[in-house]
Amino acid sequence: MHNKSVAELSRELESGKISSVELTQQFLDRVKQEDTRYNSFITVTEEQALADAKAADEQRAAGNATPWTGVPLAHKDIFCTNGVRTTCGSKMLENFVPPYDATVTANFRRAGAVCLGKTNMDEFAMGSSNEASHFGPVTNPWGLSKGEKRVPGGSSGGSAAAVAARLVPAATATDTGGSIRQPAALCGVTGLKPTYGRVSRYGMIAFASSLDQGGTIARTAEDNALMLNVMAGFDPKDSTSVDRAVPDYTATLNEPLKGLRIGLPKEYFSDQLSPAMEEQVRAAVREYEKLGATVKDVSLPNAKLAIAAYYVIAPAEASANLSRFDGVRYGYRCEDPKDLMDLYTRTRAEGFGTEVKRRILVGTYALSAGYFDAYYLKAQKVRRLIQQDFINAFKDVDVLMSPTTPSPAFALGEKTNDPVTMYLEDIFTIAINLAGVPAMSVPAGFVDGLPVGLQIIGDYFSEARLLNAAHQFQQVTDWHQREPQ
Amino acid sequence: MTISREDIEKVAVLARIRVDDEQISALENDLGNILDLVDQLSAADTENVEPMAHPLDAVQRLRPDEVTETNQREAFQAIAPATENGLYLVPRVIE
Repeated sequence: MHNKSVAELSRELESGKISSVELTQQFLDRVKQEDTRYNSFITVTEEQALADAKAADEQRAAGNATPWTGVPLAHKDIFCTNGVRTTCGSKMLENFVPPYDATVTANFRRAGAVCLGKTNMDEFAMGSSNEASHFGPVTNPWGLSKGEKRVPGGSSGGSAAAVAARLVPAATATDTGGSIRQPAALCGVTGLKPTYGRVSRYGMIAFASSLDQGGTIARTAEDNALMLNVMAGFDPKDSTSVDRAVPDYTATLNEPLKGLRIGLPKEYFSDQLSPAMEEQVRAAVREYEKLGATVKDVSLPNAKLAIAAYYVIAPAEASANLSRFDGVRYGYRCEDPKDLMDLYTRTRAEGFGTEVKRRILVGTYALSAGYFDAYYLKAQKVRRLIQQDFINAFKDVDVLMSPTTPSPAFALGEKTNDPVTMYLEDIFTIAINLAGVPAMSVPAGFVDGLPVGLQIIGDYFSEARLLNAAHQFQQVTDWHQREPQ
Repeated sequence: MTISREDIEKVAVLARIRVDDEQISALENDLGNILDLVDQLSAADTENVEPMAHPLDAVQRLRPDEVTETNQREAFQAIAPATENGLYLVPRVIE
């Protein structure tokens, strides 16, 4: 049963072949037995999950089921969950139990989904390898059978690894510079970062508010569509949420791709990409041509500046957002502070990890007197140029395609001592966040036995088209069905 | 780009993060490398380019000035490190 998709599990529950209590227990048993290898969960909510599963079974028996009623999933530990510890991967929030739900978790609760627990992540979503969690690194399920310990990608590495290892059929995730697509690619699963504003950020612990976006990780595009049906929509509690109608994302999955215009950004097929990776991505594009799509080269001339702009804007916003962690109202507080300044400075020095402190300091520097114009204002202007590149590209094509990452999963510890090298892991994903457009990563082959992701980028609010393109690809390929041993 | 020890000490005070002496040299190196990376921005011609604060150029949404949330003071204070009589406690500020 653990190999079935959300859509299949929903049908099994509907037919009565299995109850939600039985299904939930099976997945909980897998988490208990297997997750010692991956460390993909920070918190497992066994008691609550079984109680929710029982309620879901009663709901189905009463004829009030949604596609999600009784289906297990997990939430990235960045989404607040009422009464359930929410750590954001940090010592700062190690014992934080929110008294409210994020809109995303509330929506899944309302839809009848059963939450198995909270998945591991880079601290405050800052990382590209999931090695920056206070709760220890996550291990990618791929490569383990050969004795290789590889990163799952970050920051939603726990969600991606848990789905890849079949510990849960789907998991929520967030993406500030690639944190859904990059781990989805490295773990061989399917992930979607929606348009900025499409999914409410209320109750999602903020890192960089103008970039953060909640999204989905599952094995299939169809399951991502089922997730987005629950997550998307206007939320008056989030001032950045967009008031725009939400389509049924499953309704258009089967539309033919004949006539789809694909653009290949030449900047994303550069020297940074190994020939083996490039061949896998180009082979995937050839599959699309067989499905009736046409392909042309396009240019995103300012893409080369995306990482530089991101590493001003994201730390600047982080330095403001993370100022709330001061040891006064919630979270960690240092022992015996001698005065207020000591309370603040020691709480934050002890509560935050190395990468978080590094980014807060960079952000504070960029916003400080004398540097604001040279760094922050300049970066926001470059961001406009990057956005304009995408707007221009989408005048001629329907979607863009590229590799999701420059290489497959690297070894644990390989890049931890060099932050700038680590930042380059998101080289193909970051510009998308700066522009705010949606993008997916879809399994598209293997290099050295490790998964490769195809990134599909769309115009604003074109999630249905992306999911349709990914679903059609998954009808003629089986990369998304491969299971790590 | 180099960032000096004094810069780091000053920024650490602004950020309210205590930085020990032994951490400063590592930070000098890491922050210097990061600033080298972001210095690529200076090559971009941004003359007459409007800065972009929001991907959708959205404006702040307004709502009627009405209370919409219930008072959850007890629930919020229950998770605070130290409270007394409905107040958050911090070390003495005024002698």
